[in-house]
Amino acid sequence: MKEKKYTLISIAAVAIFLIIWQICAAMNPGGMLPTPVAVVKAFFLKFTDKNPDGATMLVHLGASLKVALSGYLIGLLIGIPLGICMAWYKKFDWFARPLFDLIRPVPGIAWIPLMIILFGIGLLSKSMVIFISSFTACVINSYSGIKQTESVHLWVGQIYGASNTTQLFKIAIPTALPMIMTGMKAALGTSWGALIAAELLASTKGLGFMIQQSRGLMRVDIIIAGMAMIGIVGALLGVLLNLLEKLVLRGGRW
Amino acid sequence: MSVERERKIEAPVIECKAVHKKFLNLAGEEHVVIGDIDLQVKKNEFLVLFGPGQCGKTTMINLISGLLPATSGEITVNGKPVTGPGADRGVVYQTINLFPWLTTMGNVEYGPKIRGVGKEERQKKAQYYIDLVGLQGFEKAYPVKLSGGMKQRVGIARAYCNEPDVLLMDEPFGALDAQTRYMMQEEIEKIWQKEKRTVIFVTNNIEEALYLADRIVVLSNCPATIKAEYKIDLPRPRSYVDPEFLRLRKEITSIVDITK
Repeated sequence: MKEKKYTLISIAAVAIFLIIWQICAAMNPGGMLPTPVAVVKAFFLKFTDKNPDGATMLVHLGASLKVALSGYLIGLLIGIPLGICMAWYKKFDWFARPLFDLIRPVPGIAWIPLMIILFGIGLLSKSMVIFISSFTACVINSYSGIKQTESVHLWVGQIYGASNTTQLFKIAIPTALPMIMTGMKAALGTSWGALIAAELLASTKGLGFMIQQSRGLMRVDIIIAGMAMIGIVGALLGVLLNLLEKLVLRGGRW
Repeated sequence: MSVERERKIEAPVIECKAVHKKFLNLAGEEHVVIGDIDLQVKKNEFLVLFGPGQCGKTTMINLISGLLPATSGEITVNGKPVTGPGADRGVVYQTINLFPWLTTMGNVEYGPKIRGVGKEERQKKAQYYIDLVGLQGFEKAYPVKLSGGMKQRVGIARAYCNEPDVLLMDEPFGALDAQTRYMMQEEIEKIWQKEKRTVIFVTNNIEEALYLADRIVVLSNCPATIKAEYKIDLPRPRSYVDPEFLRLRKEITSIVDITK
């Protein structure tokens, strides 16, 4: 019963937001801000209408997802093992840390101009930008996850005769799993953000491109529809990751 | 001949000869934690190391388990000198240190799994020890879902399941509430009666020591040396209010000076 009451509060918040938007749109003298209804219309129309930017919503979405997921996955595949190795092997930490500390403060989107010049405006250059954006969060989180391994757990492993590698795979990495999941979530956020930035600057397809084109044409309804799509897909990806986390961390977060 | 055989049976499982352990403290000064301990533990003996707070009991456990090297002296288990941790010695720690990502079954079968024992065999064994500690029905539960006492039962089953010759228990019930602690004392005695092992049990609780021990070794405070030894012949299971129990309790308490 109480839950229901709280759901009502959430619905009310959305409703209030839409009402304020509607009022603002109605009062807007220049007529640049479309009403919520117009945006919803544009949103659904865009699924079949190629105008004004040459492709439907799903084509743009597909292009964006391809870039985002490819870069993100490479980021995970390189970032997580890197963080784990840095945390577990001291010498490797000394080797990799200076490089990593130099790269870390440079935001992913700062790489866009360089990547465009090196790799053009296709899939590769944007994938690289996403990769760099997601990889940092993966490294940092898996690093601190491994560092949280309790020595008393390692003792148990040693007493049962576990080798150093077995201790890493059977004790340290399981310990780090919650942090690794956190890193994956944070990386998803940053890579989704970097993707749109990259597409605004350099692309011929994708949600960012669609928004950018609509800006030139003053199609604010499509801009907002595109933003809504970015939000919805980002949230859905987050939900998927949460499901994955539930599956991986069956013993609850530790 | 028969004397020799007798001696063989009587040969101690654990033998500590003139064991010393020094640490460097933060100021870089040497700090003697264990000063000259000679100790012999017979097969299937329940030995309790009893002493005040920070007297080096845990260090003693770490030396025997092989996690720390002794500064001088020698420790042997079944005649073999201890050079590092090994599967012949199982440890139950005070801090409940189950692997949170594994179920009860996963935790208990951990040792045999690491040693490469086949799934069916190790799970059968694990099931036996899970039943022994009274956790049947909780095989698939994760540690989050278990109470403190239950977690420590899993810890005991885990140590048993690796089938060590020696069980080292470092204040295993120290983190439990008083009620659960009494219950676990009775429980560990029952388990030990059923599955005899050589046990070194560390505690600073005199009742616990008297309830469980075949022999109590009283340690002095820093550096730890053996102050007294008591052979406890009271029939098991013991009563906390037995007159002899109370007399021993008073006697041992009086020789332990908490300040020194």
